Amino acid sequence: MTNTSTTPKPLVLVVDDYQDAREMYAEYLEFSGFRVAEAKNGQEALDKAFELRPDIILMDLSLPIIDGWEATRRLKNDDRTRTIPVVALTGHAMTGQSDEAKGAGCDSFVTKPCLPDALVDEVRRVLATRGGPRAG
Amino acid sequence: MASPVPLSTASMPAAEARLALAEQLLACDAARPCAEVMVDWLAHHAQAGAVACLAREEPGGRLACLAARGLSEAQRTAMEWTPDTLDHPLAGVLAHAAPRYFPAPRAPLPAVGTGGCFAVPLGRPGTPAVGLLLLAGSGPTLPPEVAWLAAHAGPAFARLVSVPSATGPRDDVAGSGLLRRIIDAVADPVLLTDLEGRPRIANSRAEALLVAAPDASEGRRRAVELNRRVFSTALASAASGEAAWRAAGFRRRELPLVDPSEGMDLLFELISTPVQEPDGRAAVVSVLRNVTDLGRATQALGESYRRLRATEREARSERHRLDRVLDSVADPIILSDPSGGMVMMNAPAEKLFALPLDGGKAVHRRVRSNAASCSSFLANLVGTESAVSLRWRGQLSLVDPATGTTIPVEAVASKVVGDNGELTGIVTLFRDRSETLEKVRLLEQVKEVSSQLEARVQVATAELAEQNEKLRRQAIQLEQASAAKSQFLANMSHEFRTPLNAILGYTNMLLQGVSGELSPAQKRNLTRIDSNGRHLLEVINEILDITRIEAGRMPLHLSDFGIPELLQEVLAELDPIIARSKLAVSTHLGPRVPAVHSDRQKVKQVVLNLLSNALKFTHEGSVKVSADYVPATSTLTISVSDTGIGIDPAYQEKIFEDFQQVDSSPTRAYGGTGLGLSICRRLATMLGGRVTLQSAPGQGSTFTLHFPRRARRA
Repeated sequence: MTNTSTTPKPLVLVVDDYQDAREMYAEYLEFSGFRVAEAKNGQEALDKAFELRPDIILMDLSLPIIDGWEATRRLKNDDRTRTIPVVALTGHAMTGQSDEAKGAGCDSFVTKPCLPDALVDEVRRVLATRGGPRAG
Repeated sequence: MASPVPLSTASMPAAEARLALAEQLLACDAARPCAEVMVDWLAHHAQAGAVACLAREEPGGRLACLAARGLSEAQRTAMEWTPDTLDHPLAGVLAHAAPRYFPAPRAPLPAVGTGGCFAVPLGRPGTPAVGLLLLAGSGPTLPPEVAWLAAHAGPAFARLVSVPSATGPRDDVAGSGLLRRIIDAVADPVLLTDLEGRPRIANSRAEALLVAAPDASEGRRRAVELNRRVFSTALASAASGEAAWRAAGFRRRELPLVDPSEGMDLLFELISTPVQEPDGRAAVVSVLRNVTDLGRATQALGESYRRLRATEREARSERHRLDRVLDSVADPIILSDPSGGMVMMNAPAEKLFALPLDGGKAVHRRVRSNAASCSSFLANLVGTESAVSLRWRGQLSLVDPATGTTIPVEAVASKVVGDNGELTGIVTLFRDRSETLEKVRLLEQVKEVSSQLEARVQVATAELAEQNEKLRRQAIQLEQASAAKSQFLANMSHEFRTPLNAILGYTNMLLQGVSGELSPAQKRNLTRIDSNGRHLLEVINEILDITRIEAGRMPLHLSDFGIPELLQEVLAELDPIIARSKLAVSTHLGPRVPAVHSDRQKVKQVVLNLLSNALKFTHEGSVKVSADYVPATSTLTISVSDTGIGIDPAYQEKIFEDFQQVDSSPTRAYGGTGLGLSICRRLATMLGGRVTLQSAPGQGSTFTLHFPRRARRA
């Protein structure tokens, strides 16, 4: 299950204000062979994204300071982070949120609860479609 | 002075006796009384024992005894003779018109004593004698009284004895001035004819009709000829019935002739009397009476009478018709005279105003009361003179004579005015107003009820408006509450999910050995945590689904998909449960199940729910999932049949309601929120379909989802 050390591990920025969830996903992503950076609100997510240029961002939508939609919008409006795929992650399953998330520039939408392995599968799927050119 | 006074005594002075005779003679209008006067006078004043007066008699000129004294009937008859016997001793007296004395033996007078007899002719001087006076005497000198009488009474007697001369020709008789003037003076045509109608004597009027002068015009001659023919025929036919004619003495008939001068048709009444001419020939005296005007008048009278009868008949039938017409009118009608007295009434009016024959006192009283009402009503019209009020209308209260019920009527009286504007009668019509009044009463009631109803409706409307307002507010409140509930549930769901996410995540990670290998007991416990966590998640998801559906936040996402793949997915998802259940789960696809255009997620969720239920409530046997297509309705059916506990019909509807289960008791054997079937039904409705159930306790259940092949976007 582990990645070979020769290929550079993709960096995943996990943005979630709920610490247990954030750390759980981070632990499982690292366990699954990813490098992980964490942010606990929108502002921090933006800062980390500009600074670290992660390969993919897991963005919780309900966030303090700047919410996930706004953060995603800003990321997609910035040349530096425009191409980074954003997977929206929310516990709010009400209809409309996924559309709104897409409208804000999210590339994928995952409803909580989402088991760590399902999330990792989604990350891999998004990276496989979006990460290709970047890897090349 | 003029009345004949009988001569009483012989001692009367001669002058007075003569004057009395003259008076008596003047009073005579016929030969016989005249003769009797003379005979009586002579018997008294000439002291003659026997006196007789003979006179010529028509026809024939026979000398008959008109009066006699001192002679027997046989002696009288013996004296009569006809002038044909010229050798009669008296013939010379007549011929010479001079008195003569006949001595005793040869006296023509039957023996009167021993003396002879004087024969004195009677007549006008210078004309043939018309009669003779015979009286016994002892001549030869004629007594002066006799001479005086003959001289003075002779002309008078001659005037009365209108006898034709025995010796003169007929024309002379006809033409004899006096007779001619007499018959000419008769206004009607008078003729003497033979039996064939040839005239012998005709007065001027008869001549005008029946005789044409030689110089007469052709037309006149023809007319006269025609008249004569008609006249002859009439006489001839009369002669043929001679016996009857003679018995009656005369015959009367109508004779149509022509006025020869004017040419007009005339009608005469012909009275023909058979007579004997002096020479013994049968002849006819005809008197014609002009009845033309009378005939016309009779005819006109007959015509008038006929017309009168016809008119009367007409009037009668008209009257009958009028009666029938009037009787056929349901309303009472009365015709009154100008003073208000009833003249005529129709049958309905009779019921009200005519005294019935068999009615009791009460009935009579009511009829009289009606009549009084009517009279007082009519008084309004009778009193007024002018033509201003030709009509009078009023309300009367009459009484039904039979029952005593009051009948409110409207009466309309109209004056009938003659040609000169005079009042000839009054026609009164009555109309029963009971029905009208009843209608009015009912209408009033209806109006009243209607207004009450209207008031009630207004109140009800106001209440309704109030209720509506309340309802509207409640609806708003409900909506707000619902929204609040949805929000609450959404928030709660979020708050549940966030920790649940961590629980399930860590459990998953531990089970994957992220934190190192686990002992079998640890693994078993973690699996139970995972299972319970998933169940909790399911509950939360179901609540969330209901909330989303109720809030209208679950739109249709239509796409084309195949049923077999969908069933595979469902089975795959439930594989862990199926594996644990030890039930034989199978799928059956009907022939030609087509691809559908619907909301795949919702179809899948319904099938998932139904299959989960089946697995949950079935302990042994099998569960079968089958899909079919009904082309007739373009409907797909996906059925889940189990061999489970079954559902009592009493609960079959209830289980589709929110939070309802067959067993809701605290000791229920099966868990669950009771939202699964409710969600199924709501989702099916969103798809344009429905969920049905066939089940019986202990017989298993079959839940079927019916949905159209092509869903319509809501």
